[in-house]
Order: sequence, then structure tokens, then C-alpha cells
Amino acid sequence: MLKDTDRIYQNLYGQKDWKLAAARARGDWENTADIIARGRDALIEEMKASGMRGRGGAGFPTGMKWSFMPKQSDGRPSYLVINADESEPGTCKDRDIMRNEPHKLIEGALIASFAMGANKAFIYIRGEYYNEALVLQAAIDEAYEAGLLGKNAAGAGWDFDLVLQRGAGAYICGEESAMLESLEGKKGMPRMKPPFPAAMGLYGCPTTVNNVETIAGVPTIMRRGAAWFAGLGRPKNAGTKIFCISGHVNNPCNVEEELGIPLRELIEKHAGGVRGGWDNLQAIIPGGASSPVLNKAMCDTQLMDFDSLAAVKSMMGSGAIIVMDKSVDVVKAIWRLSKFFKHESCGQCTPCREGTGWMMRQMDRIVQNRASLADIQLLEQVTTQVAGHTICAFGEAASWPIQGMMRAFRPEVEARAIDYHASNQARAAE
Amino acid sequence: MSSTHANPTSFAFTEANMKLVEKAIKKYPEGRQMSAVKSLLDLAQRQMGAQTGSIWLPRAAMDKVAEILGVAPMRVYEVATFYTMFNLQPVGKYHLQVCTTTPCWLRGSDDIVRACKAASGVKNFGETSEDGVFTLKEVECLGACVNAPILQVNDDYYEDMDAARVEALLNDLRAGKPLPPAGSLGGRQSSAPASGQTSLVSAPGSAE
Repeated sequence: MLKDTDRIYQNLYGQKDWKLAAARARGDWENTADIIARGRDALIEEMKASGMRGRGGAGFPTGMKWSFMPKQSDGRPSYLVINADESEPGTCKDRDIMRNEPHKLIEGALIASFAMGANKAFIYIRGEYYNEALVLQAAIDEAYEAGLLGKNAAGAGWDFDLVLQRGAGAYICGEESAMLESLEGKKGMPRMKPPFPAAMGLYGCPTTVNNVETIAGVPTIMRRGAAWFAGLGRPKNAGTKIFCISGHVNNPCNVEEELGIPLRELIEKHAGGVRGGWDNLQAIIPGGASSPVLNKAMCDTQLMDFDSLAAVKSMMGSGAIIVMDKSVDVVKAIWRLSKFFKHESCGQCTPCREGTGWMMRQMDRIVQNRASLADIQLLEQVTTQVAGHTICAFGEAASWPIQGMMRAFRPEVEARAIDYHASNQARAAE
Repeated sequence: MSSTHANPTSFAFTEANMKLVEKAIKKYPEGRQMSAVKSLLDLAQRQMGAQTGSIWLPRAAMDKVAEILGVAPMRVYEVATFYTMFNLQPVGKYHLQVCTTTPCWLRGSDDIVRACKAASGVKNFGETSEDGVFTLKEVECLGACVNAPILQVNDDYYEDMDAARVEALLNDLRAGKPLPPAGSLGGRQSSAPASGQTSLVSAPGSAE
């Protein structure tokens, strides 16, 4: 198990104060100017060496992403945008960072922005996190007052402004280009890529979008060194991660652990085990709603990191683990996700706008035990017609839960169709 | 709804809110004032709540926001209709929003919905109780899944809910008591395991 001293978020549960004085006592804002004095290139190299991969879901190497930003400005400013839209069902980790460790995020924003040549950064927080936004704004105000933000921020010779913008209820705004549209005051509809945000992002200027947990980890990585972070976890899956364990466990919780921890160990050590014992486990969604579901046999040996989960055609995503015991109708649980995706489709692309409705209705039939085998085939076909045929990855996100269900639970799903067929035959014979 | 929630023909920000409007616009670069549109709509909605007891966004308020931002009203309408948090119809004094997405559903959100309906008197999602106290809505994932099931009342999340806690909360609100502090009504420390922390328990000095 990860040593407490290796945990980045010492105040994850808000056992202590979030305010500046308490944050400083935990080591935040210590010699920030010295870190910045190392220079842009050194910071990007340090980030690359740490092996940090984006904590929002896609797992893209952070240092490499930073290196895509222009070294010399062509007259346009550069921006950092921090994704605090946290809307992937199952995920509630950034919430804890923002309400209990806001100064880690603010300091990280300064260091990351300097490394990318940005004098301004925006945090886009989901609108429902009203109380969290109040805390974060108060922490930002505190940082301004203490000279840690603004002109010559933290005495590092870099001017830096940080703006918090609240969303207003739309899952799609967690998609980076939809977030940029929303920040500009439009509907949150994703943009075509290219151009990528690093070339043309917010207000048409070079922009990098990073997740809250990615940025909040930066100051600790810079202080303790890339080697420390890279020494945790598994090769190419470095560091620690906040996991959100929800559903049918005895003690649902958030916890920071090492990447690569066995799924079973994670649940039994921190979440009090599966309700009714490990043998009562039926299924786990390992990385937020869009990550394909695993059956128990897969869960028995599963490790929790990007590559181990990709190897079983699932995803680490945001680290949100949704546990289901044997009392659940898994099809209904996935149907509820289909309903979610239908509700949240922004409607821009036809395959997604129409397809999410098709998927939900076909799933509905299976839940109600009135789907034929042909219906199931049609459902699978629809998922392939949506995924990969839309501007953003929402099409994939909506398709994967169903495709995952068919991989992990095909016999169970098909049995319902066969039973339905048999009952029809019996009725016809009467 | 009663006539207090009639559609107003005009809307003006109060002097105090006008200061907040200016502050919100100043956060963005010159010419990018549209970035403040969601803040302004939110402010307008809150002002309606303070003035009429219903947090909602009449068309007159959207027109005022468009006028302040110097954009066509349509640019504001399309934002107001895209995002779910803008109430385009009046809502009750307490806006009950039950999350029923899978993590909450697994922890019993069906019971929460039933209890909300029983205690509020609202029969269907989207409706307001006859006394105008409660509006009930079904919402998608609120992002507090390890504290499921969640009932959001106005700005606050009430976590680790069950039917009895819903009933007690709604009865108190109907009786005129103020909202309790947000968070777990099961008494646990934010997102830590209910049985006690399994991490961050080392002796201080090593952890601090």
C-alpha cells in the first residue's frame, strides 16, 4: 500500500483547513519562485520525466502535451484551461481537490502556465459545484492578496491571472473543445480538429486543457522530483491517482493510491470490500461511465492502471470505480448510462443525436425482456455506426458501455432474448 | 403557480448586482465580454429568486443580459436553453434535484425519488407542489458518487441520503426551517470511508 508520506493530497478529506495558512503548513507555495526559476524547458522536461499522464480520462502524457505549446509568441497570448467539469458518472475526485486542497491547484496553475508561456489561466468548474466554486474562489482571492497571483506572482517574476468560470449544466463541456466554446460564452458544442487547441484554442489563441488532478499534482512533482513520481506505480503508468469507489461496496470512498494496484486490493483495503463479500461481485465499471464494464472473472486479477485496463479493452478513464453486486440487473445499470448519454448528447452530429436515442430504446427492450436476438444485433450495429462517426469522442463514450456489456455479459444478455422467443412460441402454441 | 411568478415584462439588475456584472465582464479580455454570459444569467436568476421567491430566468432578464453584453438576444437565448441549470419556468422555493444516474441508482435513488414525491406532494418530475414550496426534477450525475445517493436542494448537495432523511428534511423545510449545512446527512467526513479513514492515518510529522 502507498505510504501516507507519498500521498500528494494530505487533506483529501478536509480533515484540516483548506485556507492558505494551513496549506502552507502542508508545504504548498514553498519556494515556488525557485521552481519557476528553473525555466520553462526544465519544467517541461521534469514533467516528461515524471511520466505523468493526464488524469481526466484519456491518459495523454502531460509533459508532451505542454511541449506542443509555442515557444515564441506570434503576438497571440497563450492560455491554460483547467478542466474542472467533472461530470463522468462515478467521478468525484476533483471536487475533493477543489474544496479541500485548492492551493495545490492554484500553485499548479501558476507553474504549469509559466511552463507553457501563459500569463492567464481559466478554471472551468461544473455549475452544480456551487459550494466548491465558493471555496476555490475564496482561495484564489487569498492567493491574490498574498501576492501569489497577479503581477510578479509568488515573487517569481511572472505575471499571472487565474479566472474561475462556472458552467451551467452540460456534460459535454468536459470535452476540451466544447469547454473552449462554453468559456467563450457559446453553447458547449465540440469543435472540429484540427486545428488543435495548442495551435488555436480559446479566443483563437494557443491553449492547453488539463484536468484538475493533473495540474494539482504539479507542485509536488516539482518539489519531490520526477524520479519520486516515476518510482511509484508501474512502468509507463507512473504515480498516484485518486480513485472514486462507488456502488455496492461497504464503505464507498475516494482514496489516493498507487497506479497499478490490484482492483480487489483497492476495494478491500479502502472501501470495506464488496457488499456480501468478493464472491457476491457481479460487475465493475472501472473508469467512469464510458469505460467498458468488467465481469467478476476479469476483476479477480485486474490491475488499476491505463495499460492494464486497455489490455482488457476497457479504460482507466477518470479512476471512477462503480461496483455492482449480484443483486443488480447489469443491463439495467448500463441502460441508465445509455439514458444519460442520450440526455447529454449535444445534438450537433446526427449519428450521436439519433444514435444515442436508438441505443437507449434498444437497451430498454432488453431490460424489459422484449428484445429478440435481431434486436441485440441491431443494437451492436448502432454502436459501431455512432462510434468514430462524430466530431468528438462522445460517440465512442456512448457506445463503449454497450459494447463492453456485450463482451463481458453476452451469454446473459442473449439468454433473455432466447427466453423471450420461447415465451412467444409457447403463447403461439396455446 | 400564483401570480407572484407571472412573466415580468421588464428586468433590471439591482445596484449591488450591477457591480457583480461589471466585475464578471472584467475577468475576460477586451471584446470577449460574451464569456461572462453564464455568470450574468446566473446572477439574473438568483436576483429573481431573491425578489420573487422563485429562482428562474424570464425572457426579460435574458434580453437585459443581451443588452448589457451588446449581442443579439438570440445569442443569449441559445445559451440559456442549452444549459440545464437555467430555469426557463418558475420553480418552487426549494428546487429538489434527485440524481438517478447509475452510481446513485445502485445506492437506492429510486427510494429517494419515491420519498421526495411522497413528502413534497409533487407527482411527476418537472412539477411544483401546490403550495409552491417544492419543485422536483430528475438530474444526471452530480459528481458526488461516493456519497450516493444525492439530493440537491437549490445550491446544496445532501449526501448519503435515504428515505427517512429525505422525509425529515422536506418536512423541516415545509415547516419553514432553514436548510441544514450541506454535505453528508449520515454524518461522515466528506468522501472518507464511513467506518473511518484507511489512509492519511500515519503519525503526524511524517504526514504533515
